[in-house]
Amino acid sequence: MAAPQSAVDLSAALILTPPPLGEWLVVAPVVLMIGLGAFLLMIRKSVRLQGSIALAGLSLLVLLDAGLLWRVLDQGPVTMVMGRWLPPFGIAFTADLFGAAMALVSAIAALGAGIYALRDIDAAGRRYGFYPFLMLLMAGVSGSFLTGDIFNLYVWFEVLLISSFGLLVLGSEPRQIDGALKYAILNLIATTLFLIAVGYLYAIFGTLNMADIARKAATLPSGAPLVTLTGLFVLAFAMKAAVFPVNFWLPASYHTPRIVVSALFGGLLTKVGIYALLRVTIMLMPVQREQLSLVMAIAAALTLIVAALGALAQHDIRRLIGYLVIAGIGNMLAGVAIGTPAAVSGSILYALTSIITMTALYLVAAEAARIGGSWSLATMGGIWRRSFPFAITSFLLFLSAAGLPPLAGLWPKVSLLKAAIDIGAWWLAAAMLIQAFLVTIALGRVFLLAYWRPLAEAGMPAADEEPAGFFSDKTTALPVIGFAALTLIFGLYPEPLLQLSQRAALSLADPTAYIASVFGPSDLGRGGNP
Amino acid sequence: METLFAVLIGLFFAAAIYLMLSKYTVRILLGVALLGNAVNLLLFTTGGLTREVPPIIPAGSDVLSTVAANPLPQALILTAIVISFSFFAFLLVLTYRAYQELGTDNTDKMRLAEPTDEPLPPMGY
Repeated sequence: MAAPQSAVDLSAALILTPPPLGEWLVVAPVVLMIGLGAFLLMIRKSVRLQGSIALAGLSLLVLLDAGLLWRVLDQGPVTMVMGRWLPPFGIAFTADLFGAAMALVSAIAALGAGIYALRDIDAAGRRYGFYPFLMLLMAGVSGSFLTGDIFNLYVWFEVLLISSFGLLVLGSEPRQIDGALKYAILNLIATTLFLIAVGYLYAIFGTLNMADIARKAATLPSGAPLVTLTGLFVLAFAMKAAVFPVNFWLPASYHTPRIVVSALFGGLLTKVGIYALLRVTIMLMPVQREQLSLVMAIAAALTLIVAALGALAQHDIRRLIGYLVIAGIGNMLAGVAIGTPAAVSGSILYALTSIITMTALYLVAAEAARIGGSWSLATMGGIWRRSFPFAITSFLLFLSAAGLPPLAGLWPKVSLLKAAIDIGAWWLAAAMLIQAFLVTIALGRVFLLAYWRPLAEAGMPAADEEPAGFFSDKTTALPVIGFAALTLIFGLYPEPLLQLSQRAALSLADPTAYIASVFGPSDLGRGGNP
Repeated sequence: METLFAVLIGLFFAAAIYLMLSKYTVRILLGVALLGNAVNLLLFTTGGLTREVPPIIPAGSDVLSTVAANPLPQALILTAIVISFSFFAFLLVLTYRAYQELGTDNTDKMRLAEPTDEPLPPMGY
């Protein structure tokens, strides 16, 4: 039966020519991770095979993300639409510099954690699906960074949330279930808040495409309740990112799962919240962000101080690092609250370095607990004597986490401080400095007690045999050393990373190129975007 | 009609928040289930409420001839229902396991991951 010939010009709504090969890079990370996750689920009984396939997949993910970042650096934002429907009808995947950089760095962190997991996750953990969950978590994380549609962002949030539940209860110990219950309920409420905000956003804008929202934001009638809407988004993303006072799920749960899982969560999940916050407040609703900036700045200052004090009060090093994750979120939120391009670039740089540093810190904690004999600062000791190279590696990462030179943690702190002083928010700058000072004390105490203190003084009976040294197992030493080397390199030579985050911040503040990539250069004026 | 729905959604949200403020996990779960439904109703209302009008453009025309409800929020609801249903199923199992393992459904007494008597780190050596 022949279709009736219609006079409708399909080229207005559909893409009729196949996209060039390079554009497939935008969806390739997500497709790869979902496909591999499904495949690994099928072979989950083959415990040995799983690890090597997953590592090959994660290496390929790093390559794909690197290729995507290179292409975005070279030619500007890349867009691909689902099912040939042109935006705003079809769901668009748009990778700009910010999203591509975050995707690449999180893929590197996941690769490191995947290598570490070869030893840390035993056969039982693999049979219960550690690697499939890891793949689906990365699908959710990459999808969140690369999507150009706000409802699609919600779907990726749920994908990474449900995979994180699976990872969190791996092992089913009672304390994991206790932590997972609080994590699951509070995070589910946060994503539900996000969904409410998306519903209102659609009611106001009539579109879900981010580029479309960005160009329509300026033309809306002044009566639209955009500040309330932005407030809802900020609350939902702040809850996902563990900003005080909605951060209590993080210290309750992040120390309970397998340490690799803690490392992945600490590195990736809260940063996805910050990414979404930056995307919505800076790119979509910059005017409304101005009105909420004082609230966000106060929340950031409180997060900084409360998290640093929390870190000081912990004797379990895993919980201590959990509070360091929250302290980092405080810094990034301060950048969002200030909102100038310099501050946003500081936040982006902070997020990029923090993904690596926090993942590495959890892995360092695991090695320290193995060599030092305990998770508790009260009883661990003697690491300096037992493994000098490991002590030096940890020291470098501690410096980066505290924001001290010459490590990569210094540069985002400097840019954020300068941005805060530039707009005269001296109290915010003071909060950042106090936080850095308190974190330095907390980490210095870890080094004093766990590394320098002889085991005999820790009150532990000397073990019959020494635990194996740092280099006895290459799969655990390699990711830690790799992360430390990355932070050291970018600490000594920060220029490329600084430029990258500055360009990313500028393209967030002025999304002309982003909109042009979605709608084509000729459509720029249609929405009345200046 | 929209006003009626607004009141109904408000009641749903109020009941959900009231239940979620409880200490007991089963009530919190009921609150989460209600919250999901409240959001679905909210999305449904944002698309406009009309009865039995299919949003189909007649031949030879470019726009709808009558006012019809926007079908896109309904597609959003379908996605949200599937997601909230699966999450609710997971949470039910998790709560039941928590009750088995921890022997309580009172969240105040679930202190296994964060013990109340945790010592402070040593001041020195």
